[in-house]
Amino acid sequence: MSIESILECPIYELDKEEKSKILTSRLKELTVLHKNRCPQYASMLRTLGFDEDGIGSYEDIPFLPVRLFKEKELKSVPDPDIVKTMTSSGTTGQSVSKIYLDRETSSNQQKIMVKIVSHLLGANRLPMIICDCPSVIKNRSMFSARGAGILGFSMFGSRKIYALDDEMRLQTDALIDFLNEHKGERIFIFGFTFMIWQHLYKELVRLRDSQGITLDLSNAVMIHGGGWKKLTSEAVSSGEFKKRLKEVCRISDIHDYYGMVEQNGCIYMECECGNLHASIFSDIITRRFSDFKPCGYGEKGIIQVLSVIPESYPGHSLLTEDEGVILGEDDCPCGRKGKYFKILGRIQNAEIRGCSDTYAAGF
Amino acid sequence: MTNLEKYNGAFCEALEVDESKLAGLKYQDIDAWDSVGHMSLISLLEEAFDIMMDTDDIIDLSSYEKGKEILAANYDIEF
Repeated sequence: MSIESILECPIYELDKEEKSKILTSRLKELTVLHKNRCPQYASMLRTLGFDEDGIGSYEDIPFLPVRLFKEKELKSVPDPDIVKTMTSSGTTGQSVSKIYLDRETSSNQQKIMVKIVSHLLGANRLPMIICDCPSVIKNRSMFSARGAGILGFSMFGSRKIYALDDEMRLQTDALIDFLNEHKGERIFIFGFTFMIWQHLYKELVRLRDSQGITLDLSNAVMIHGGGWKKLTSEAVSSGEFKKRLKEVCRISDIHDYYGMVEQNGCIYMECECGNLHASIFSDIITRRFSDFKPCGYGEKGIIQVLSVIPESYPGHSLLTEDEGVILGEDDCPCGRKGKYFKILGRIQNAEIRGCSDTYAAGF
Repeated sequence: MTNLEKYNGAFCEALEVDESKLAGLKYQDIDAWDSVGHMSLISLLEEAFDIMMDTDDIIDLSSYEKGKEILAANYDIEF
């Protein structure tokens, strides 16, 4: 099935059977495409004794460990076709993933990202507060997953303001002016989880307690992502995060997302019920630690991610280093079809990554 | 200033490129037209024509010529 026809599908409306047909067809095609175009991938498939006729469902498609993109340069297009190389976030001393994009794959990433995010924000672009510092996208040499994430989301902003200066200080006066100018309008706030906690939430608490200054963000919708590691170590759960933010600035519409640079575009957005959702463009499978067989609902496992996008690199089926639990499929109370799940954290001894976590490692 | 002058001006400023190089120019052809350059280009175009573009149009604007088509078709800007 072509990516063009998948792009026409409603993103959270098809049930398990319909979705499985689409994904199996597309992901099988991608497996063959990469086998023919990426010699290293072909040789891994040979080692695994892969036979495409034996693929009954997309669950049978081999997965590569996500770490492989750090060790090998895996691409399925000739070098002159590569227009962009994305790198993962990593703390100092860690090696980073290199993901090679051609025009087609890069453009499909953006199209799918727009579909998923507009489903939540609506078609209109909103005044936007970026909870980060301006230098994160100004310095192109520093530009990695964090800058790319901000830039990707800034497409949904009409007027934009950075909440922090380059010393990571909250720009309170500028924010108050911005909110006054856009009184009554829905505001979009984007940032990485730890950045929001450390530099927005904590500062708002300090301003309230020391100077009686409060910001009213009751009209705002917040999207945040990038990892919970640091907050988990401070014993801040997702529920606590939302509750405390609401207490300090009255914001109630808060959505976490899960995603990674290796499958850019296919993000998993948190619904009103607090569950992460797979769209029609991607899926997750949790696998047992013992034998890598798929887990049942409610059972903890290692997360495998599948995406219909990657044509320029063999990243359509990847085993992450995250643990999670699939809670169900097609029956989340929010009404979205597809699998819904929670992330439990990183598997032990995995590297620190994620835009929020790598930044937080400095604290 | 004509619409074409405004349009070209936004490209030259955002992508730091000479007007003579604009014809046929595509996204990712030059270093300056990367995703950062693209968002500066969009904000300069929005400012120049006092419009707000749809997200779909932002990602569709993949070349100098395509941009003119989009502005003409969806924002009533004549060239």
